[in-house]
Amino acid sequence: MNFIQQPWPWYVSGPMIAFIMFLLIMIGKNFGMSSNLRTLCTICGAGKSTDFFKFDWKAQKWNLIVVLGAIIGGFIASNFLMINQAVNINPATVENLQTLGFQSAGTAYLPTELFETSVFTNLKGIFLLAIGGLLVGFGARYAGGCTSGHAISGLSNLQVPSLIAVIGFFIGGLVMIHLIFPLIF
Amino acid sequence: MRVLIYLFIGILFGITMFKSEAASWFRIYEMFRFEAFHMYGIIGSGLFLGVVTMQIIKKYNIKSFYGEQIRFQPKEKGISRYLLGGIIFGLGWALAGACPGPMFTLVGAGFSPILIVILFAVLGTYLYGVLKDKLPH
Repeated sequence: MNFIQQPWPWYVSGPMIAFIMFLLIMIGKNFGMSSNLRTLCTICGAGKSTDFFKFDWKAQKWNLIVVLGAIIGGFIASNFLMINQAVNINPATVENLQTLGFQSAGTAYLPTELFETSVFTNLKGIFLLAIGGLLVGFGARYAGGCTSGHAISGLSNLQVPSLIAVIGFFIGGLVMIHLIFPLIF
Repeated sequence: MRVLIYLFIGILFGITMFKSEAASWFRIYEMFRFEAFHMYGIIGSGLFLGVVTMQIIKKYNIKSFYGEQIRFQPKEKGISRYLLGGIIFGLGWALAGACPGPMFTLVGAGFSPILIVILFAVLGTYLYGVLKDKLPH
């Protein structure tokens, strides 16, 4: 039971992700989460004005069900499988985050400064989450995939485009955290 | 029946994202500061097993559970879209601390502000669809 309640180490988590991809391949599907964002656009009617969203979204229904499962999985894991949710990050990272004003570093799963409900009355917080989401959605579709589609599926299939995309992910992430964070926090 | 299989795989994925802490903003931040092996271990070991699995499936022409041929879609050739799109994605990934899978896991875990991220991720996707033909690919 103790093992169940602990966060999983990388050598359990990584193989689990590979196993999930394996299951999807073996039922004739593929592992890619960001395409669901496109499906959601189509369901909202984006296909009426933009060709990119004109496709039979029902063919992607299976992936939306996977998303529904991911939501349920998050509920199960956070309520029943993990009592202590504080993420045990490197003390050096905690110290660095505290200088940026993230007092919750090392004591929570997500920074309370951005993900507590009080953020709904905090204009800066809303703005940052919105920009983050916008960049993720735009970038994932532009690059033709996200972490699951490129970093796991694409690289597993030895695709050079996926390698370029993953290099891009890291350039973007490093720029954000090392150059932009000191300006915005 | 198939619906239940998709749901089961999704639940497994959601639990894995939460329990691995790959859905934690802090882990993403720590990864980009190179201050822990955790995220690299997850991606690296997942990738290693993924490569091995795909090679075995291809080499032995393994059929799906339903007995069908398994097809791997190769990605279209190109550089700009992958590099530029990747950089834009990376900027957002580091800021929001969540990529498109874990986003949904966090909804289930009860972090309602992540809904802002999801709403704007959908909007960003829409924006790409509108601007697609004007962008270098």
